[in-house]
Amino acid sequence: MAEKMSRKPYHREVPKAGWVFDHPRYMRYMAREFTCLFIGGYTLLLVIGIGRLAAGRADYEAFLEALASPPSIVFHVLALGFAIYHSVTWFNLTPKALPVQIGEDFMPDKVIAGAHYAVWALLSVGILFLSGAF
Amino acid sequence: MAKSNKPLVWGPFAAGGTITAFVTPVLILLTLLAALGHAPDLLAFDRLHAFASHWLAKLAIVGVVFLSLWSAAHRLRITCYDLGVRADTLVATVLYIVAIVATIATVIFLWGI
Amino acid sequence: MNEREIELEVLRYDPEVDEKPRFQRYTVPCKSDWVVLDALNHVKAQQDPTLSYRWSCHMAVCGSCGMMVNGEPKLACKAFLRNYTGVIRVEPLAHFPIERDLVTVIDDFMDKLKRVRPYLIPKEEKSIEAGEYRQTPAELKKYKQYTQCINCMLCYAACPEYGLIPKFIGPAAITLAHRYNQDSRDGGREQRQEEIATSEGVWECSFAGACSEVCPEHVDPASALQQVKIESTIDWYRDHLMPWLKK
Repeated sequence: MAEKMSRKPYHREVPKAGWVFDHPRYMRYMAREFTCLFIGGYTLLLVIGIGRLAAGRADYEAFLEALASPPSIVFHVLALGFAIYHSVTWFNLTPKALPVQIGEDFMPDKVIAGAHYAVWALLSVGILFLSGAF
Repeated sequence: MAKSNKPLVWGPFAAGGTITAFVTPVLILLTLLAALGHAPDLLAFDRLHAFASHWLAKLAIVGVVFLSLWSAAHRLRITCYDLGVRADTLVATVLYIVAIVATIATVIFLWGI
Repeated sequence: MNEREIELEVLRYDPEVDEKPRFQRYTVPCKSDWVVLDALNHVKAQQDPTLSYRWSCHMAVCGSCGMMVNGEPKLACKAFLRNYTGVIRVEPLAHFPIERDLVTVIDDFMDKLKRVRPYLIPKEEKSIEAGEYRQTPAELKKYKQYTQCINCMLCYAACPEYGLIPKFIGPAAITLAHRYNQDSRDGGREQRQEEIATSEGVWECSFAGACSEVCPEHVDPASALQQVKIESTIDWYRDHLMPWLKK
């Protein structure tokens, strides 16, 4: 004899923004996503600087002076930290997105990521040297 | 379901993410050094002006600026969605327009150098 | 073998009686090498036969016993009690509706599995007499990792995008599509792209990577999704910038 079965599935709500705090891995993800604010913000700063460069010597030098203000220095330090976090997360994830199969086996993640780190280091030192930073 | 046109915006995002990963930290370091009183030679007005006069430098600057701003805009768009802002089309339009306008501004500035 | 008394806090939900879920405590005498599933089985056998949950192999190959253990998606048969202190909270897998107690409604996932055509679609039909579809070890290795999925849905429970956007096709289904796309014997990529290269498909993914972190079989679904994104992007630009190349 068939008994009537009553189904009433219960839907659990996901908190709109609160889910980020549910687990450290979501916090790390959000930190990585937030790097865009500093990288985008810094690039806009560069655009302003280029504008001042085009406006002439006086304007450009005023821009350099404004860079030396405490809020600017704080922003730079924060931006540097977040930019590096972006670089590290990006290079570590690159081997996942671009696997390289040689023969049967895949190139180890560490090799692909390592090559990116090496290029990053060389490029950075090269740019610092060529711009006369040291 | 129709295939998405997301690749149109994702391609520059991926390129921009790669570029910013490689060069943004060292760029920040350059202006940070200037802020701390040890400005690299390149940031002196005459040298920077001369550098930016070259067409190749202009091309590179516009390319780096556009891709950096685009990837930041795209990531911010996704983040807004993740944090519950459902008006995705509006957010995307505003953010991408900011990236495009700032790039056009850069082109105009460099035109005058 | 040592004994240990474990406190389980288990989510209960009886659709015929409850308006919403509630928690129930059980005190379970456990062996030190037990997993959460053993504790649940003890409860059901000795204390509360009404407790409902899915399980089968007890060795992390069938994918049935996925649930949240202290807020983390885990296979109950692979969650060792020795790794936990204090009260252990057991809930149904996140991001799925609750059918009853720890049993979730998985119809959504089943539908999505079908949509991605998770079977070989040969480029050309071959008769039996023509022989087998041959494959080199290198060709096999190309997609082998993605064959390891046991459809346990832990990745869906971990994925923040699936939690926010239920129509997202999701990590396991898209990874399975990728598994077949990468198989040299297969010719069905274009058909699968119609499903996964969509806004409900891979483009909902933001590479949080939570899926790969919780996968018990080390399938790394996140890597599969990024590869699908890159291939789809190349396709898109090629199709739009060089349309004459379309077959």
